Amino acid sequence: MDKGKAIMGSGRRWAVDFSDNSLAPSSRDIPDPPGFSRGSQEQDDSTVTKQKKDAEANWKAQKAWEVAQAPFKNLLMMGFMMWMAGNTVHLFSIGITFSALWQPLSALQGVGKVFEPYKDNKVDLLAPKLVFIALNLGAMILGVWKLNTLGLLPTHASDWVSSLPPAQEVEYSGGGIAFH
Amino acid sequence: MATMLRVFLLLLSLLSITAPAFSLYEDQVGLADWHQKYIGKVKDAVFHTQKTGRKRVVVSTEENVIASLDLRHGEIFWRHVLGPNDAIDGIDIAMSKYVITLSSEGSILRAWNLPDGQMVWESFLQGPYSSKSSLLVPASLRVDKDNVILAFGKGCIHAISAIHGDTLWKKDLEADSFEIQYMIQASDSDVIHLVGFVGSSEFDSYTFDAKSGELLKHDSAAIPGGYSGQAALVSSNTLVVMDSAGSTVTTISFHDGKVTFNQTPVSTLIEDFVGKAIILASKLEGLFSVKTGTLTLFVRATVEGKLEVVNKVDYATAVSDLLAISEDRQAFAFVHSRSNDIDLTVKLGADWNHDLLKESVKMDQERGSVKKVFINNYIRTDRSHGFRALIVMEDHSLLLVQQGAIVWSREDALASVIDVKTSELPVEKKGVSVAKVEETLFEWLQGHVLKLKGTLMLASPDDMAAIQALRLKASGKSKMTRDHNGFRKLLIVLTKAGKIFALHTGDGRIIWSRLLNSLRQSATCEAPTGLNLFPWHVPHHHALDENPSVLVVSRCGPSDDALGLLSFVDTYTGKELSSASLDHSVVQVIPLPFMDSTEQRLHLLIDASGQAHLYPKTSYALSIFRSELSNVYWYSVEVETGIIKGYALKEKASDNYSFDTRSIWSIVFPSESEKIIKSSTRKSNEVVHTQAKVIADQDAMFKYISKNLLFVATVAPKASGDMGSSTPEESWLIVYLIDTITGRILQRMTHHGAQGPVEAVVSENWVIYHYFNLRAHRYEMSVIEIYDQSRADNKDVWKLILGKHNLTSPVSSYSRPEVMTRSQSYFFTHSVKSIAVTSTAKGITSKQLLIGTVGDQVLALDKRFLDPRRSVNPTQAEKEEGIIPLTDSLPIIPQSYVTHALKVEGLRGIETVPAKLESTTLIFAYGVDLFFTRFAPSRTYDSLTEDFSYALLLLTIVALVAAIFITWILSEKKELRDKWR
Repeated sequence: MDKGKAIMGSGRRWAVDFSDNSLAPSSRDIPDPPGFSRGSQEQDDSTVTKQKKDAEANWKAQKAWEVAQAPFKNLLMMGFMMWMAGNTVHLFSIGITFSALWQPLSALQGVGKVFEPYKDNKVDLLAPKLVFIALNLGAMILGVWKLNTLGLLPTHASDWVSSLPPAQEVEYSGGGIAFH
Repeated sequence: MATMLRVFLLLLSLLSITAPAFSLYEDQVGLADWHQKYIGKVKDAVFHTQKTGRKRVVVSTEENVIASLDLRHGEIFWRHVLGPNDAIDGIDIAMSKYVITLSSEGSILRAWNLPDGQMVWESFLQGPYSSKSSLLVPASLRVDKDNVILAFGKGCIHAISAIHGDTLWKKDLEADSFEIQYMIQASDSDVIHLVGFVGSSEFDSYTFDAKSGELLKHDSAAIPGGYSGQAALVSSNTLVVMDSAGSTVTTISFHDGKVTFNQTPVSTLIEDFVGKAIILASKLEGLFSVKTGTLTLFVRATVEGKLEVVNKVDYATAVSDLLAISEDRQAFAFVHSRSNDIDLTVKLGADWNHDLLKESVKMDQERGSVKKVFINNYIRTDRSHGFRALIVMEDHSLLLVQQGAIVWSREDALASVIDVKTSELPVEKKGVSVAKVEETLFEWLQGHVLKLKGTLMLASPDDMAAIQALRLKASGKSKMTRDHNGFRKLLIVLTKAGKIFALHTGDGRIIWSRLLNSLRQSATCEAPTGLNLFPWHVPHHHALDENPSVLVVSRCGPSDDALGLLSFVDTYTGKELSSASLDHSVVQVIPLPFMDSTEQRLHLLIDASGQAHLYPKTSYALSIFRSELSNVYWYSVEVETGIIKGYALKEKASDNYSFDTRSIWSIVFPSESEKIIKSSTRKSNEVVHTQAKVIADQDAMFKYISKNLLFVATVAPKASGDMGSSTPEESWLIVYLIDTITGRILQRMTHHGAQGPVEAVVSENWVIYHYFNLRAHRYEMSVIEIYDQSRADNKDVWKLILGKHNLTSPVSSYSRPEVMTRSQSYFFTHSVKSIAVTSTAKGITSKQLLIGTVGDQVLALDKRFLDPRRSVNPTQAEKEEGIIPLTDSLPIIPQSYVTHALKVEGLRGIETVPAKLESTTLIFAYGVDLFFTRFAPSRTYDSLTEDFSYALLLLTIVALVAAIFITWILSEKKELRDKWR
């Protein structure tokens, strides 16, 4: 994991930035060596870096889209599992339904984190994020729907009356067969 | 919440479908249940003769029990409970090996094997009339090497062979109103005398040859002064009777065909005699006893018919029959009770002045006075005669007195329970020592370690025995304080003897017993009978330190208009707090749903004239009642006339606490086609959790839940007799569901070809009843469920969510809600003695029926088997809901007998009481025996089982924590090693 992160650039432990692009003389007291022009070097490198950066941005955007579409596969799998679980309430179906509800929820909570590696000034993350959110919401709706088909959502009158206490009676009567 | 509950209940029902057993394991017997055996008030006792050697006594009782008791400890060796209509009239021992009983008004003669109680033979004696019966087992009478038993019953005299029960001869006396008094064998001859009376004025004597059955002589004479029904035999040819006025003793001697009378006024025997004298029935030689008021006289009758008083005793006295102690000597005993003692005197039959034995025994005052005494002798080591006396007390208890001490006693009043109520125990207080049953932590741990050993199968047989003993002792179960689960309670039991008992539900021991003064015979009240118990004062929440009390309602005598008696008994101490003799009769008691400021429940007592009387008589109670007066009604079910009437109350000007009643409706059953045989209502303290029943497809049905629902069953008058007395065409059973406020008949249903007896139980919105189907020749059970259609359209979810509905607002019966009923019938194998239903604290737990079967056991039957929605092929959704496919008969699962292997002989009633734990109900079944158990209709889903191994749990937790620590240390080490690499 660590190594992967280092390559991706987000999880670096330490870094030295060689491309100091400031035009001003270095802050240190030592003057620039004669014949050294910051500007020229900058000019020299800029085309290369730009290309590199574009490539990276493209790559990031592409990756972000991939990430955004990932829940779709999940959705399909979930749907299959739900179909397999059937419509009766038992341990398996309840487990699947609750995981179907939980997964999108936790994914939605971590939406920022998932897209953080692809954060870039040049990359527009809004669209993938929206797709990601939409797909997760879809998964959640699927879960809720499943919950409903299992009869676990209080959408029927019976769910609201099942714990209603019996109505009080106004009159009271007693008696029966006389003692004998 | 509701949905979670549903999920939970669904899971639960699924569980219970897969495992329908509510049965016990063998080693769980006696953990939560107890069983007590009784015999009832002893009527007659026969001691084993010396020859048989064993020290036993055979007794017959008023509960129609015949039992052989151990004389050393009073335990029952064997016992037979004859049916409720099979009263035992005579008991004796024949040939020193058979116990002979004559029962059912002299129509059944049975011989039981003396050592083990097995029936040897049984003969049915037939005769034209019903009459008193008498049994005589002559010791020395033989016909063809066969011992003869003489039995008189139904107007006939029968001679029966003692060996195989065959009738040797039979003679019809041809006198239909002859009431036999004594059957006498003239000393060592084959002549039998039958003496008795016809009506109240004629004395009759028959003389038979016992060998041939030939009627030798018949004498008849009119008695001067009439006959009151009491007689005593003084010698084999002299009888003394009391005249109908109770003031003159007539001596009748019937010697050699001559009947002579000799009258002596009681006033010559005793000065200042007033009132009525009673002759105590006994068979003494030349002596008899007369009771006048509190005095008991012993009177000697000479051959000439002269009477002289030999002794006067100032107390209530019981006299035994004569007992032959040697060939020529006979003894008898009499016992009288003084305040704290009873005096036992044994005298020789002929000699009054000489006491064979005179003893005084300390006696608990709660036993009342002596009612009966039976004596037996034994030879001491110094060859002198010792005596033991079996004494029956006023409270029906049975005692054996020997050598001046009570050897054992039996509380046989508990065989005749009239009513049961429960009372909570005191709250556990700090500083109150309950150390006797408390155990130390070490013992607790030790116990659990033992249990753990048992679970892990490491226990030795000794350990297993120790575990079983521990479980049976179950430390806390017999404590005298309230427990968390509400299992420990007091059962307050009213018995026919007029004695009240408090039994602990933990082990069934008697906490206190009280012979109520108001229920004892007195000058003002001749034959007081207890009727019912009502919880009078049940302190709640803020007054927990007060003692609860019960109300005992009784009346003086068996008739409807006998005056009522109330007494109030503290349920913790058994003290009679107060008692009151009422100036009106009591035919019904209606506990009202109102409490006064001291948390005493208001009661309405209805008298025979239809007036209502309010109790307690306080102004506060009156003010509460006045404000509710217009909403209180009562109804009466008159079985004889076939009328059900409803009444309202109205104020009466003269008396504040009495109210007039006015009839507001009546239902008259046509007497030529219907006869009421059963009425039943819901238990007034039943708790119902919800008014809706959720059925498949998330639909809801609204139950019609009303406390004012009355179930009445009527049958065709022809079919009200015994089984087989009518054809299916002319018998029918009609059941009604009636609203008792308005008299509206909610449902009427006819079962053609059915007849009673009907047993029924009403609970929530359903009725289940049991009857006999003549066409199918089988018993049937039917269920009716009632639903409220007027609520059925409350289906709008949003209204329900927002609470905009009127489902919980108070309803009136006058709104006449539209109802819908569903019913279904099933065959049932057993005939039924009683049906009850489980009741739980909140009414959430599903219900089970408790059926008292004909075999005197209690069978639990799930209510789901009696569901009108059952069908042959239930849909998937219905199956999920727990609907069982329809079968034509109800299953009897042997494991679901609540009484497991035990029998509650003579079962009369089943009482259910909710425990605090929702899953559990307490069951008390009573008859001749008592049985108590805990029962969880849907298993104990809300608590761990009793034998849950806490030690194992603790051990597991410790092991897991240790494992966590060890793995954590290991992983740390590994990580460190990795980092250094």
